[in-house]
Amino acid sequence: MTPPPKPTSPAPAAGRATVPRLATDGLTAWYGSSTGVRNVSLACHENTVTALIGPSGCGKSTLLRSLNRMHELVPGARVSGRVLLDGQDIYEPGVNPIQVRRRIGMVFQRPTPFPTMTIAENVAAGLAVGRRLPRSERDGIVERALRRAALWDEVKDRLHDSSLGLSGGQQQRLCVARTVAPEPEVILLDEPTASLDPAGTAHIEELVQELKREFTVVIVTHNLQQAARISDVTAFFYLGELVEVGQTTTMFTTPAKPQTEAYITGRFG
Amino acid sequence: MMRGRLVRQLIGSTMTGLTYGAAVLAILPLATILVMLVVKGAGSLDWNFFVRSAVAPGELGGGFANAIVGTVIVVALACVIGLPIGIGTGIFLAEFGGARFGLMVRFVADVLNGVPSIVIGIFAWTWLVKPMGHFSALAGGFALGMILVPIVARTTEEMVRLVPNSLREAALALGYQRWRTSLQVIVRTAAAGIVTGCLVAVARVAGETAPLLFTALGNQFFSTRIAGPMAAMPLQIYVYALGPYDDWHRQAWAGALVLIVLVLALSLIARAVVRAKRQHA
Repeated sequence: MTPPPKPTSPAPAAGRATVPRLATDGLTAWYGSSTGVRNVSLACHENTVTALIGPSGCGKSTLLRSLNRMHELVPGARVSGRVLLDGQDIYEPGVNPIQVRRRIGMVFQRPTPFPTMTIAENVAAGLAVGRRLPRSERDGIVERALRRAALWDEVKDRLHDSSLGLSGGQQQRLCVARTVAPEPEVILLDEPTASLDPAGTAHIEELVQELKREFTVVIVTHNLQQAARISDVTAFFYLGELVEVGQTTTMFTTPAKPQTEAYITGRFG
Repeated sequence: MMRGRLVRQLIGSTMTGLTYGAAVLAILPLATILVMLVVKGAGSLDWNFFVRSAVAPGELGGGFANAIVGTVIVVALACVIGLPIGIGTGIFLAEFGGARFGLMVRFVADVLNGVPSIVIGIFAWTWLVKPMGHFSALAGGFALGMILVPIVARTTEEMVRLVPNSLREAALALGYQRWRTSLQVIVRTAAAGIVTGCLVAVARVAGETAPLLFTALGNQFFSTRIAGPMAAMPLQIYVYALGPYDDWHRQAWAGALVLIVLVLALSLIARAVVRAKRQHA
């Protein structure tokens, strides 16, 4: 018996670079003795939104957290296999996880503005880590990040107020601004609209379309319509394994695997 | 049927009444103390009380100036010695205190918290007063600081633990180092709570008498020399209350009133800090 061929990512649209920006190669992730992700090989390309879907507990968030070495912060968590950022393995000995996280930004399920910082300070929070910037340059970066997060017009008159005065959706866009300000290469979004109302969700979805012009975007979502609306490539996970990955339109119309079809048509999950 | 309901209602109102009674009993001592202090002490509060130091026994017109200044100095010394260690220990326990060493530190802090304050005084006497050869404000501040450490450490730990883990993850995901995450995000978020805990702890030690008995000793003259014996309000109250002169008794009452007002003021400031934090949040 030969093992079934591993699903691989579809080739990106013609004319683009064929080397993926971010790729996993036989990635397995554990929590203590239980396996969260099993032997996943997945490629994420530049200027592309890759959606990770699947029922709760299928390992999609664990996979996402393995991509910027956040997974290993949980006690007992462990990873094997490779994660290649521009061809370099981020799990190689000698690679500093701090540097990895500056190149691969992350937005979480719940908005996490730093409560003691003002709106502007929040956006600049990731900048202060690297180097000291002159005031004017810093202000410029803050404005640009807020514009890219489609939040500038709403907060430009209260940049020095507490970030806690913002609505949930605004706080989440503030977190997006904070993530893009240090100019990462990849942006990971972990169910970024799960705690938002429909208006806030729509804002974030539009934003993802903007972000993909400049970044490689990977998004975990529970919402299949959302994956269909905003992603170019969809990867379906079940019980920690990558079942199928393909162009989103193909995945939602003519999936190859019966499991994928069953999940997408709502028969389980 | 009707009878059962009546009995239930009766039991219900009896129990409610009992809890009210317990609450009144709990407040009664504090209220009585305050009223007593005001009645007996307020009359002796005059300008002299605050600006003059103790005078020779039997002479009238003395005051508590030396004791008030002494208490401020001794408590300030206690803060300098105790707060940094206490806050540092608390942050360590909350952020890195999971391992065996952390459990040990936590246990020691809890034991230290339960040590009678007079034992702390003896400790300070053995380690500072005896080697130095004389009583000193420094030894008093050291003793009070020792009492501060475990209280401040445990409240700081609790406040730091209240900060949601999602903030830590957000900072780490931005590429913050672990120590920077702890100091710039976690501790900053917990700062108001930590300040409150410190104020409450300081209010508690400001009224301590036993640890000062054989450290700061007391001093009937005005002194700001921390290497020598120094007066403190609780000590002066203790001496005057036991003394044979009516004027001393009156001053002891007044001193007790001022001391409790100071402690109350610290508690009120602590509450104000908490409220300001809530509004901010």
